[in-house]
Amino acid sequence: MQALYAQLLVGLINGSFYALLSLGLAVIFGMLNIINFAHGALYMMGAFCAYFLLNIAGIGYWWALIIAPIVVGIFGMILERTMLQWLSGLDHVYGLLLTFGIALIIQGVFQNYFGSSGLPYQIPDALRGGMNLGFMFLPIYRGWVVVFSLVICLATWFLIEKTQLGAYLRAATENPTLVRAFGINVPRMITLTYGLGVGLAALAGVLSAPINQVRPLMGADLIIVVFAVVVIGGMGSIMGSIITGFALGVIEGLTKYFYPEASNTVVFVLMVLVLLVKPTGLTGRAA
Amino acid sequence: MSALTDDTLPITPRAMRDEMVAFGLMAVLLAIVPLTGIYPFFVMQALCFALLACAFNLLVGYGGLLSFGHAMFLGTAGYVSAHALKVWALPPELGIIVGTAASCVLAVITGYVSIRRQGIYFSMITLALSQLLYFIYLQAPFTHGEDGIQGVPQGYLFGVFDLSKPTVLYYVVLAGFLGGFLLIYRTINSPFGEVLKSIRENEPRAISLGYKTDHYKLLAFILSGTLAGFAGSLKVFVAQNASLTDVHWSMSGEIVLMTLVGGLGTIFGPVVGAFIIIAMQQYLAGYGQWVTVIQGVIFVACVLTFRRGIIGELARLLRRSL
Amino acid sequence: MKNRISALLLGTALTFASANLALAQDKTVKIGSLSDQSGLYSDLGGPGSTLAAQMAVEDSGLLAKGWKIDVISGDHQNKPDIGSTIARQWFDVDKVDVIVDVPNSGVALAVNNVVKEKNGVYINSGAATSDLTNAQCTPNTVHWTYDTYMLAHSTGQALVKSGGDTWFFLTADYAFGAALERDTTAVVTANGGKVLGSVKHPLNTSDFSSFLLQAQSSKAKIIGLANAGGDTTNSIKQAAEFGIVSGGQKLAALLLFLTDVKALGLDIAQGLNFTETFYWDMNDQTRAFSKRFSERSKGHAMPSMVQAGVYAGLRHYFKALEALGGNPHDGTKIVEKMKSIPTEDDLFGKGEIQPNGRAIHPAYLFEVKKPSESKGPWDFYKLVATVPADQAFTPLSESKCALLKK
Repeated sequence: MQALYAQLLVGLINGSFYALLSLGLAVIFGMLNIINFAHGALYMMGAFCAYFLLNIAGIGYWWALIIAPIVVGIFGMILERTMLQWLSGLDHVYGLLLTFGIALIIQGVFQNYFGSSGLPYQIPDALRGGMNLGFMFLPIYRGWVVVFSLVICLATWFLIEKTQLGAYLRAATENPTLVRAFGINVPRMITLTYGLGVGLAALAGVLSAPINQVRPLMGADLIIVVFAVVVIGGMGSIMGSIITGFALGVIEGLTKYFYPEASNTVVFVLMVLVLLVKPTGLTGRAA
Repeated sequence: MSALTDDTLPITPRAMRDEMVAFGLMAVLLAIVPLTGIYPFFVMQALCFALLACAFNLLVGYGGLLSFGHAMFLGTAGYVSAHALKVWALPPELGIIVGTAASCVLAVITGYVSIRRQGIYFSMITLALSQLLYFIYLQAPFTHGEDGIQGVPQGYLFGVFDLSKPTVLYYVVLAGFLGGFLLIYRTINSPFGEVLKSIRENEPRAISLGYKTDHYKLLAFILSGTLAGFAGSLKVFVAQNASLTDVHWSMSGEIVLMTLVGGLGTIFGPVVGAFIIIAMQQYLAGYGQWVTVIQGVIFVACVLTFRRGIIGELARLLRRSL
Repeated sequence: MKNRISALLLGTALTFASANLALAQDKTVKIGSLSDQSGLYSDLGGPGSTLAAQMAVEDSGLLAKGWKIDVISGDHQNKPDIGSTIARQWFDVDKVDVIVDVPNSGVALAVNNVVKEKNGVYINSGAATSDLTNAQCTPNTVHWTYDTYMLAHSTGQALVKSGGDTWFFLTADYAFGAALERDTTAVVTANGGKVLGSVKHPLNTSDFSSFLLQAQSSKAKIIGLANAGGDTTNSIKQAAEFGIVSGGQKLAALLLFLTDVKALGLDIAQGLNFTETFYWDMNDQTRAFSKRFSERSKGHAMPSMVQAGVYAGLRHYFKALEALGGNPHDGTKIVEKMKSIPTEDDLFGKGEIQPNGRAIHPAYLFEVKKPSESKGPWDFYKLVATVPADQAFTPLSESKCALLKK
């Protein structure tokens, strides 16, 4: 029973990455109607950004948590301004193809310069060590990841669902022409939203840098799992994607305990089941 | 919102004639390859991918369904064929049939699941399904994991044609390619193909006209998956192995790229696209990861400025259907 | 009439003789270094292997004796298709004689078939699969450096003997991981140790915490990592986080390279045990070679054992060619000659090539130094135990290679 608690807690950690990434995807999709295939690559850039900050400028983890999302977010906004915005009015699939191409470019360039084996990034001193919870040894850093990403997810939810800015955003999604008539600069809002979604991905990247090796392909496989998470949850609601993200992390954690052979397929199998029962996803609206 | 492909010209006798002329030209050009001294293995590989891209194009170009998981059909047929040839020691013709049938079964199952959603959801679902299959093949004992199935015997087709001779193998692969190509061409111009196109253009209207659109989409998916599997089975004879590369998502991406470069929804586009991408991989192989970067740049360039692809632009320029 | 026929016969005989002579004196060689030039294995093999091949050519002294030797390189991108296509084209079009390196087991086995078909020479240094000299052995292949059997065997044996008698495995869930676990288990139990359990993890897992928790609660003295590449480095990194090594358990990586240790950093990798057959800082000869190598390598990296294997394998190949008096362009014949000469070089010491193509030499169990013990940027290992050549590799009696059943 003790081991089960431990696995549940460990599942939550993975769930926080799923939640941060699927939240970013949902935010971008809601505004731009684009499935951002480059999300994994931008997550990787976040981790690399933290690495560069430390090894070139000597800037540590805490500042990286703020700087990396901003830098990568600005990079994302440049992408949106120079490329993505030309796709409005075209079939959504073109957005997928374009961002897939962007992901290939980013990952390829990083692989050329940094190889594939990965670079080390240490856990910050303040978060080293662990606590003995009785039923498990919890590294403090892991606990920090869960708490911090939960806070960020809820803050994003609050921003979009409960503030004036969020209200404009939601309105602009429903009817951009009308919102424009109120004197709001819709294209700029779209750009900022993309920056926000990308920033969330970069933040997840910084969080994962001390746990995983900082590798050019660290986001490439992860993003496919997150796609499945998004299909399961449906991209209709912000809260939906947060909850599905955490929930699937926990389910995956349990699978690792009971039947580890299936732990990397369980999310996809769940996706198939959900599609058979409720094609629009758990929280999704009908298309 | 504009559709994925703008349909060029209606099927007129003239369009039919143009396409037949182009087809004849292509067949003759490909038939004389062994006489020219061009390295036949390169062309054979490109032909397999060309057929694969054509099968993929049937689904996306005419059905409007962009599958991001077509590698699963290529890989499944490859594994099953290779296993049948090597372990069960079946003759080549049966090996091809078994592999293609396996892809057909897979297409029925995955099609049933994935056509429940449209647009990008469909793409994401097919991608996730192919990733699921990737992990299954990675763990299944008969695929030998990362080692793959190696040294697959080529054997004698129908007990007569010695497939270990490059020239014989070349013409067998060419015949397979042309056969598959004609089947796709025939499908596109059949009443079935017309309904498919109408669903792509306006699904609600097609439904209101009484068509069971889901049936049509599923059928197109199965046909596309089966033909992709056929290409995968042929490829086993060329490469003499079956490996995880063929099931990986990056392969699915390459299939999309080939079709996009050549021209979505054009008849000859995927063939041209496949030859270009395979040649690029071949000749730029020394540049390592820059090949990925170049592929990415081509993706971006195609989507931003060149959505019709090479053949699509050519057709528009010549005002012909190609 | 009779005279004319005999003259004709004589003529043909003469032509044959001179053709044979020309063949024997043919002193051109083309070497193809086929590797992963930019992916996962590029630091391990890649451009460094090509450099090692060039150094082998220069050091052989054959150029001064009038030989013409070229080295070309190719990138198989870890795809068996691309690897076998390049190999086929090299033989058919570029007239390559010998292919070296080829990391990645899948690609290595695919190339193995092509080399046999084209009767070339194949000196593999980069691949781990022991199948190359076992079930899938060919008369054209020499497997240098290492293989899974050797890694499992040497690490398992040496650790049990030094007191690590209870094991728990973290195994990558595919053929490669299963083979490593099986071979190590066999040697651990044979030496009186006990395997307490194992957990299979999927390939390319980013999170190992739940598997590590199980390993930790098993209380085994040794946690064997039967995985590779990113999985190994990630599990080591996260084991440090969960305090596994500081809690008294030891990690034994069954497949790990110098480049991985470099990527992990000593902080995390310290105390790790694993086997290699070459380390730059073994003796004066290895240090001299490595110094010359690092002066020319990308980022001034020290040679990995794979790159060292490319060098040593080629040096031995040249010895065989010299003994033959020229390049007969006949792979089987050259490999036969290579097997008949005992191997000896600066990097791997004395050894031999067994009839199945397995080059055997001593293997070394290393432990990664603490950061405080390290005196330089590449000073990583201390030697724990040496396994003699004849004990490190698959015994011929266990090999299923068809070349052995005569």
